[in-house]
Amino acid sequence: MRENTFTLQQGSSPLAVIWVWRGLMLAAAILLLTLYGTVLDGYEITIVVLAAVGLAFLGQNWRGFRWHALITAVLSLWAVKRYGSDLKLADTDFLLNYLLSSQSAIMWMSALFLMAMLAYFTGLFMRSEFSDKVGTGLTWTAVTMGMIGLMVRWRESYLISPDVGHIPVSNLYEVFILFAVITALLYLFYERRYQTRALGGFVLLVISMAVIFQLWYTFGRGANEIQPLVPALQSYWMKIHVPANFVGYGAFSLAAMIGVAYLLKTWQTSSNPQGVLATRLPLLPVMDDLMYKAIALGFAFFTLATILGALWAAEAWGGYWSWDPKETWALIVWLNYAAWLHMRMTKGWHGRPMAWWAIIGLFVTLFAFLGVNMFLSGLHSYGTL
Amino acid sequence: MSRPSFARRLFSFLSTMDLAITLLLTLAIASIIGTVLQQNQPYPDYLLKFGPFWFDVFESLGLYDVYSAAWFLLILVLLVVSTSVCVFRNAPTMVREIWQLRTQVQAKSLRAMQHHEQWTQSSDVETLTAQAQAYFTQQGFRNKVVARPEAGETLISAMKGGMNRMGYLLTHLAIIVICLGALLDSNVPMKLAKWQGNLQVETRDLSISKVPQESRLAVGNHAFRGSISIPEGKSASVAFIGLEDGYVMQELPFKIAVKDFRIAHYATGQPKSFESDLVITDPELESPLEQTISVNHPLSYRGYTIYQASFADGGSLLTLKPWALSQEIGPFDTAFNTKVFDKQATAWGSNAAQLEITNFRVFNINPDPTDDEPGNMRNFGPTINFKIRSKTGEAREYENYMLPVPRDGRDYFFSGVRENPNETFRYLYLPVDDNGSVAGWVAFVGALQDTELVDMIAAEMATITLSDVTTEKGILQKNLHNSLAALVELFLRGGFSEVGRFIEASLPEADREALGAAYLAMLREMLGRVYIHTLDQPAIQTITDLNDEQVFFLQDAVTAVGALPLYGAPVYLELTDYTHIQATGLQIAHMPGKPIVYLGCAMLIIGVFLLFYLPQRRFWLILKPEQNGCNLLFAGMSNRNPYEFDSFFDQTYQQLKQAVEGNFDPEKRSESMT
Repeated sequence: MRENTFTLQQGSSPLAVIWVWRGLMLAAAILLLTLYGTVLDGYEITIVVLAAVGLAFLGQNWRGFRWHALITAVLSLWAVKRYGSDLKLADTDFLLNYLLSSQSAIMWMSALFLMAMLAYFTGLFMRSEFSDKVGTGLTWTAVTMGMIGLMVRWRESYLISPDVGHIPVSNLYEVFILFAVITALLYLFYERRYQTRALGGFVLLVISMAVIFQLWYTFGRGANEIQPLVPALQSYWMKIHVPANFVGYGAFSLAAMIGVAYLLKTWQTSSNPQGVLATRLPLLPVMDDLMYKAIALGFAFFTLATILGALWAAEAWGGYWSWDPKETWALIVWLNYAAWLHMRMTKGWHGRPMAWWAIIGLFVTLFAFLGVNMFLSGLHSYGTL
Repeated sequence: MSRPSFARRLFSFLSTMDLAITLLLTLAIASIIGTVLQQNQPYPDYLLKFGPFWFDVFESLGLYDVYSAAWFLLILVLLVVSTSVCVFRNAPTMVREIWQLRTQVQAKSLRAMQHHEQWTQSSDVETLTAQAQAYFTQQGFRNKVVARPEAGETLISAMKGGMNRMGYLLTHLAIIVICLGALLDSNVPMKLAKWQGNLQVETRDLSISKVPQESRLAVGNHAFRGSISIPEGKSASVAFIGLEDGYVMQELPFKIAVKDFRIAHYATGQPKSFESDLVITDPELESPLEQTISVNHPLSYRGYTIYQASFADGGSLLTLKPWALSQEIGPFDTAFNTKVFDKQATAWGSNAAQLEITNFRVFNINPDPTDDEPGNMRNFGPTINFKIRSKTGEAREYENYMLPVPRDGRDYFFSGVRENPNETFRYLYLPVDDNGSVAGWVAFVGALQDTELVDMIAAEMATITLSDVTTEKGILQKNLHNSLAALVELFLRGGFSEVGRFIEASLPEADREALGAAYLAMLREMLGRVYIHTLDQPAIQTITDLNDEQVFFLQDAVTAVGALPLYGAPVYLELTDYTHIQATGLQIAHMPGKPIVYLGCAMLIIGVFLLFYLPQRRFWLILKPEQNGCNLLFAGMSNRNPYEFDSFFDQTYQQLKQAVEGNFDPEKRSESMT
């Protein structure tokens, strides 16, 4: 019969739960549009509606995500209420100061991600299922704190001054948090889907590097301060272009870390078949499939994001394509993964070379994301070091 | 057997996946060049950077505009050709796959599939067939029942997700569509026109009316991206397109007038918006079209898009007061009027020949040096930039602040100087006198340059210094007097470093330390006395009579005079009044290929998602009558996501089993699956 015993977790939720969830998202969208419909323009209303549809879709068969979204919503709104109109409460109000101000929430996120990585690796190497589960719990908590941090930061920017207010995806500091949160969410999705926690440490490794960079950026450069938007960024496009891009970056990172795990497993399978990596990491074809899934997801969203970026450029830079270094590097990343996918889908390449290629792909992606800002000059200089 | 023809071999080579992947990666690598080497910079910059040999090599490779270099376009063309051939070859199969149900499969091949199940039911074939078909239809499968009397069996072939194949077609056609659209919008036609000799690249800095006919592009439907800077109150109906080492001029079918340009700032000083009020006049319009544009909000008119791209000075009117820094040329009593970008001959001494005003800025928002928090921005007020060009053509560039700027708790007029644009400005800090003017310092400079005055003060100081000396008083006084005057002269010529050099050169090493210090002290005393003289206050006779303010002023004034030889200008230009006139930098684009490119983008996005997230799933059910009922053979396959298909197959199998028994309730989700 089947070649292996592995089965995917489809995890359908009870129908009643799905409908309650969809109803809740509908209600939230209606409430939002009734309260604030007058100050939103057509694009923003569309974004609200699409966000509600997206959340309804993501949460309908994913219990963890539903809790994550609910807790984020409740705690963020609580923080907004605590703030009132006084930003200074961030230092004086106990709850805000120690938990819910964006800076505190992000610090919690950072600490929790680092702890989650340790827990996952402990679980893997000590063969402890309990530690694995702790890893999952910590990752969910970190994701939630990170998301709360972003939500509250969004509000804080408006408290500085209404004309300063903007969605917190406008500079390198903010997108690093977005990156950590999105990558972790993607991982959690696949963790549940593929019923394995053994890859957690590897994925959290790349997230932890982002977290460490973000901590340096905060304490070394004071990058956490909220800055007003330069005119070129004052556009509704930012709300969709940036998150779409980071789904791409997150998925590519995930694929690369699975690639690392894949190579480690092949290596240990030949040298020490009873080793932890050889026995506890998922089956090679499963990791191979997962790597493909992640790259396909990343590619789809990266395509979308690059096209959205082109549409934005046509409004802001005088043309949909200017061969700006950021645009060109986006094309390079795209071409690289397009080649990867062709290799895999039509030439049927599998296994080690594709794992290596996925890892190299991460470096190409990393250069497009960071290197361009650091070493090259161009129009897209919104996050400089 | 004959060899396949060359055309056929070429065709199959072009459609190979190896070529496609090679081209994708080659394009990726080639694209890197243009990100590492800044594109479309002025050619002299490249020449300076690479030297004459490599400059020529790189130019012939088209590296300064690599994305429209012939070889780069060739890679793109090859990619499009390879994709086209691939689509051409595969399209018939793909289109068939979208709709066609496979009805030729045999029971043997179904049993060989990874996903298959076999079971028996007691009902008759007809009932089961009807129920199974109803199930597939209800689940959204296209399906077809085929009776096979020769084998004594019935086949139901069902399929879902045929549009997955459409994903292949859409993504690949999208690449072709996008590239064709982009080709329409590229500057390739312009380069061809130049190559054919119909278009000349202009490299000189000419006024619009002087641009020759062969460098002008008439109104047409070709694509271009040009720019133009229009001062407030002025208008233009052309745009300049950068091409190679110069430009060509594009004529527009309408006139753009600029009523006003505005910059709004955040409370922190960072710019918040750039806006231009435009008026479009066009014979086709009944009344002029008025529209405000800003970054992210361009104006689209008749297929042209007008963007807010930059801003510059538009020839602001300035009133400048020159302060002579040299005895030969002053003093001046009147200010004069000029405007930004004006060049005028000057009468400032032997060396200066021309004054060129290069820029004026109302705001200079810089980090506040007096603030503890770096990054706290403050507005330091207006500045002018100008060059003073000597008769031999060399120029120094200056940057003068209109208002005093605080530095370490005291106010100064800043004046920066640099020899070439790559340097940063070195600043002269001129102390502000009691009247808030630079006059006090200029008077001090004047007094130091007044040799008679210096001579008198030197004589006076020599007398006082040597009042206790009895022997040879006359000679000593004379010597000291001369030395003091000479020290001041040295100081004027080269600051303290010149004095230091003199001490080094003229004093014996043994005495150098003691005497050198004495010389410097005497020089300071002299400078103080000259300063006191300029104050013209009888109550102040010696340095000890100066108040703190005056002592600080003297220190700063001396420092500034010491730096003066490096400053190199015969005058200090004070900006006393201005009328700000700005120019808005517009980018004007005409992109007829845009709708085509956008169509391609839509195809690409839809295609990619269909390709990855709509797996094509096929199922077959063969029903064969048996003694006690019917044997059912069920099999399925998916072209994507094998692991998801595992459970999908199981689920379908369970539901189908219930359905043929008449027990399947589509409203009830099977709880066993969770």
